[in-house]
Amino acid sequence: MIFNKTFECMDRAALRNLQGERLRDAVKRAYEHVPFYRSRLDAHGVKPSDIHGIEDIVKLPFTTKEDFRDTYPFGLFAVPLREIVRVHASSGTTGKPTVVGYTKEDIDTWAETIARTLGCGGGTADDILQVAYGYGLFTGGLGLHYGGEKLGAMVIPMSGGNTKKQIMLMQDFGTTLLACTPSYSLQIAEEAAADDIDLKALKLRVGYFGAEPWTEAMRAKIEERLPVKAIDIYGLSEVMGPGVASECLEQDGLHVFEDHYFPEIINPTTGEPVAAGQKGELVYTCLTKRSTPLLRYRTRDISSLDEKPCPCGRTSRRMARITGRTDDMLIIRGVNVFPSQIETVLMKVEGIEPHYVIVVDKTGALDELEIKVEVSEQLFSDEIRKLEELRARIFEEMRSVLSLSAKITLVEPKTIERTLGKAKRVIDKREVK
Amino acid sequence: MKVRQLSIFMENRAGRLAEIMQSLGDAGINIRALSLADTSDFGILRLIVSQVDKALEVLRKAGHTVSLTDVVAVEVPDHPGGLASVLTPLREAGVNVEYMYAFVEKATDKAVVIFRFEETEAALKVLAGARISVLPAETVYKL
Repeated sequence: MIFNKTFECMDRAALRNLQGERLRDAVKRAYEHVPFYRSRLDAHGVKPSDIHGIEDIVKLPFTTKEDFRDTYPFGLFAVPLREIVRVHASSGTTGKPTVVGYTKEDIDTWAETIARTLGCGGGTADDILQVAYGYGLFTGGLGLHYGGEKLGAMVIPMSGGNTKKQIMLMQDFGTTLLACTPSYSLQIAEEAAADDIDLKALKLRVGYFGAEPWTEAMRAKIEERLPVKAIDIYGLSEVMGPGVASECLEQDGLHVFEDHYFPEIINPTTGEPVAAGQKGELVYTCLTKRSTPLLRYRTRDISSLDEKPCPCGRTSRRMARITGRTDDMLIIRGVNVFPSQIETVLMKVEGIEPHYVIVVDKTGALDELEIKVEVSEQLFSDEIRKLEELRARIFEEMRSVLSLSAKITLVEPKTIERTLGKAKRVIDKREVK
Repeated sequence: MKVRQLSIFMENRAGRLAEIMQSLGDAGINIRALSLADTSDFGILRLIVSQVDKALEVLRKAGHTVSLTDVVAVEVPDHPGGLASVLTPLREAGVNVEYMYAFVEKATDKAVVIFRFEETEAALKVLAGARISVLPAETVYKL
């Protein structure tokens, strides 16, 4: 089902004109209403009048996650706070989260692109959508929720967790569409198998999976265990949230809703655009977002763009499944985690010299985070109770900062190699290639 | 009266204890008493040795996390109710025992038990008042 034929199947030349027009407006709004962008553009020697068409986008400087941190919390907003009706947030690289705002119009645009996403997987107003992404500051839950309503589907706002109830509602309500992280879908399958419930007997038809990296192997596993077409969806809160791009039923690349989110692929080292079809870092510009006209945001995700027409009829370019990152960000159970955040927490817990290693693994379908911390002499106590208290304190700090339960293991000194660089403080044993 | 005990942080993994014992053995250090407290993934090895400072140096050099803790070696009558006769005055005085373990050797016909108290000084006073024999450190290291 193509939710919005006008835009999703637009002639490419007309689309480029529209993008150019919208970019001009976005740059103008950024320059006039965001002091950060005015000085950034001035420093870069670019004026809004230098932007004529979409091809001029390469003249613009990049925006990075650090820029969100430096302007925390609302410094990137182009409208007064009274026009902002919602905020969401994701992890920053250190203690402070990355904050994004939405005007009424933005919420509507967002819902529109998620309705398109749901349409990409074949969803219609007749469907019943179970949203098992977390609701809250994370964009997954509320994003899919509004998109489902926009589509006209019946939305079940289950949020994450409570797997037995998820399965019960799937059975009792006749859920046809499921939205969650790919690993959570496998968790549902495992729980159902343990309870002798045949998921194949459900009305479930399509799964919209995103918020963490996954593979074709995982897709095969999901489609074998659940009666769904597994659709890869992409988004990030800095740009809007989920609904930036989505696979169609061809399952061959994700259609970018590029009338709103303009994609580029650059060489992460030089910042120059790569040749057509080549891999590189994905960069997004928000052409229509009122709250923040985000310019050339470096996602740090590695992908490529395919301009070939798709048999589904949509004319938008397709981005390849994300194959990696250009930084050390980890995605654990859908939560973005930076090793630097973990280091900050350890420094904060009194007396810990940050000799640590982060181990990410899977038990069953779910990601497990383990933080091994070396016990120095300053930290050591002759009493088990005090060491257990230390471990509990680190656990609680981590949980409050990362929103994740991490296993904290105290290890002997020098068990963690001193030669390891920062990036190698992470041992990721998951299958993601 | 206080005895210096070595406490060593240990991960629970195979061969770890043997390694520690080997390095102490190679340095000619005798173990007088030991106890091992453990949780599911780490433990604390507590040792009374013949040459405390040398042992400390050897263990630190081998990369272990070691600390020194003051403990008290108490002579306990070796008959039923013997330990209770030591613990009762402590309990009455409100002195808490963090942990305790028995010594392998005997100095006399009495058993020797190592105590770690929350407040060592207060415990020593109570023991003296109850006329309970506390062994001097030098005696303990040589037992």
